[in-house]
Amino acid sequence: MIRRLWTLALLPLLCASTVSRAEQRELPVTQIAPGVYVHQGATALMSQDNDGAIANVGFIIGESAVAVIDTGGSVREGRQLLASIRSRTDKPIRYVINTHAHPDHLFGNAAFRDRDTTFVGHRNLPRALATHGQFYIDAFRRIMGSELIDDVPLIPPTLLVEDSLKLDLGARPLTLRAWSAAHTDNDITVFDEKSGTLFAGDLVFVDHIPVLDGNLRGFLGAIDALGAMPAQRVVPGHGPVSAWPAALADERRYFETLASDVRASLARGEPINTAATKAAASERPRWALFDDYNARNATAAFAEMEWE
Amino acid sequence: MLGHHFRVLGMAALVSGLVGAWPAPVLSTEAYDPWPGLVQDIFDNRPMNDGSDVIAIEMPYRAEDAAIVPVTLRTKLAPTDSRRVVAITLVIDQNPAPMAAKFKLGPDAHVSEISTRVRVNNYTDVHAVAELSDGKLYASKTFVKASGGCSAPAAKNADEAQNQLGRMKYRQFSRSDQVPADGTREAQIMIRHPNNSGLQMDQLTQLYIPAFFVNELRLWQDDSPVLAMEGGISISEDPNLRFTYVSNGAKRFRAEAKDTAGHVFQSEWKVDASGS
Repeated sequence: MIRRLWTLALLPLLCASTVSRAEQRELPVTQIAPGVYVHQGATALMSQDNDGAIANVGFIIGESAVAVIDTGGSVREGRQLLASIRSRTDKPIRYVINTHAHPDHLFGNAAFRDRDTTFVGHRNLPRALATHGQFYIDAFRRIMGSELIDDVPLIPPTLLVEDSLKLDLGARPLTLRAWSAAHTDNDITVFDEKSGTLFAGDLVFVDHIPVLDGNLRGFLGAIDALGAMPAQRVVPGHGPVSAWPAALADERRYFETLASDVRASLARGEPINTAATKAAASERPRWALFDDYNARNATAAFAEMEWE
Repeated sequence: MLGHHFRVLGMAALVSGLVGAWPAPVLSTEAYDPWPGLVQDIFDNRPMNDGSDVIAIEMPYRAEDAAIVPVTLRTKLAPTDSRRVVAITLVIDQNPAPMAAKFKLGPDAHVSEISTRVRVNNYTDVHAVAELSDGKLYASKTFVKASGGCSAPAAKNADEAQNQLGRMKYRQFSRSDQVPADGTREAQIMIRHPNNSGLQMDQLTQLYIPAFFVNELRLWQDDSPVLAMEGGISISEDPNLRFTYVSNGAKRFRAEAKDTAGHVFQSEWKVDASGS
């Protein structure tokens, strides 16, 4: 009886997966260390043309199981990631780890819904999905169209990272760490000891302008603490896999500049919209997508720092 | 008026509850103009006059951060005009609770400019409706594009606002474009509050965040009212008012805020001291 129910539950997924040949395609991934695979997302905003595939997503294969780290910006991208995994290993996908609540990192979750798979996230991730999730779905339906977004369910984690958490994929321990508010108020990082690879989620941006949706002082504090982690390389949330901790330098400079410019603006008594157009302007040539995010970062930084 | 205000909020919450939290309708946005219905619900269908000579509304064309969209309201009546602005209502047409705030201007305070921050869900008209002392309403509007990326009209750091609930901060500004001799001052009042909408419920987690927001904020210089705000859930987390007024020589500035849970927060400051 249980088996029959399960089959029924799977039917819609099976039907959906036969709808489009495009959905069978594999997401291109690179093996950056033995057993560690990454797809580097496009440096762009989520759109209909890119299937929302703008964030870095990856997976780690242990002796007995697989962990997926972020699932992409649409169920289509998630299915393509699943196809990439399945062409490399038959081991069960035991964990899907969501580094935070942003849609480009977890709209692909539904592709991995399976009774053997546990979704893992920050202790605050369920709350963030409750307060932000429906808005993301509505907003990105507008941007990406119904076909890509209509089948996105919000799948909250059932295994929560309170502070830190160890997972084992079979002779492959992963250390998950929950951060206080930084990029968002629900960021976690994943460290693969065996290869020295840090999956930093959006606590690290390379080339792509950093995005602030949590707390600027917290972000700067997290950058310091992250720099002490004994990794050899980082998979940032956006941008190329990079050497560690050198990858942090540009992001640190950006946020220090933003903080210092916003403080100066506050001291001059300028209104928030003036700060939004001026703060961190010197950083403009150094980052992709600067005009898409800098004013927003400055707005959030201003609202935070005027309480200092 | 307060009762009516809540009726509007209540209706919006009910409608939202039926169609999902913070709905962002796609096709209906352009096809359906909610403004005539809002004039009926919020203003009892009173005639709306062209406000271009009475009230200005300024917002960025694009909402950079959906949770913090600056808005400035500026009265445009000539100093010689015998009428004065009694109240300004701010309406964000496409938000789940369109009536963002109603500002009542103190009869002797000569408030001429008010800036605050609001949440914007969608592409929307935003109306400022001034009620003058002759009882007539004057409307101006602007248009705001919703933010492009993954910014939501909700709290960024949900624990922080809760931990510092009710903390207030006052600041005075000196303005180079104003003559100090005429007594015009610019000040800012901020209050820590999550301003939760209560519209959010996740069907899977059954996590429900009840409505919890500042619904009243009143400001005085000594005992003379300067500005009062009836606020709704479209006002950003940590409500923030920056405004100009004319000093009556008072030495104290007072603020009192009330929220939907019945908390009352009070603070007062010496007028020449800055900070809290």
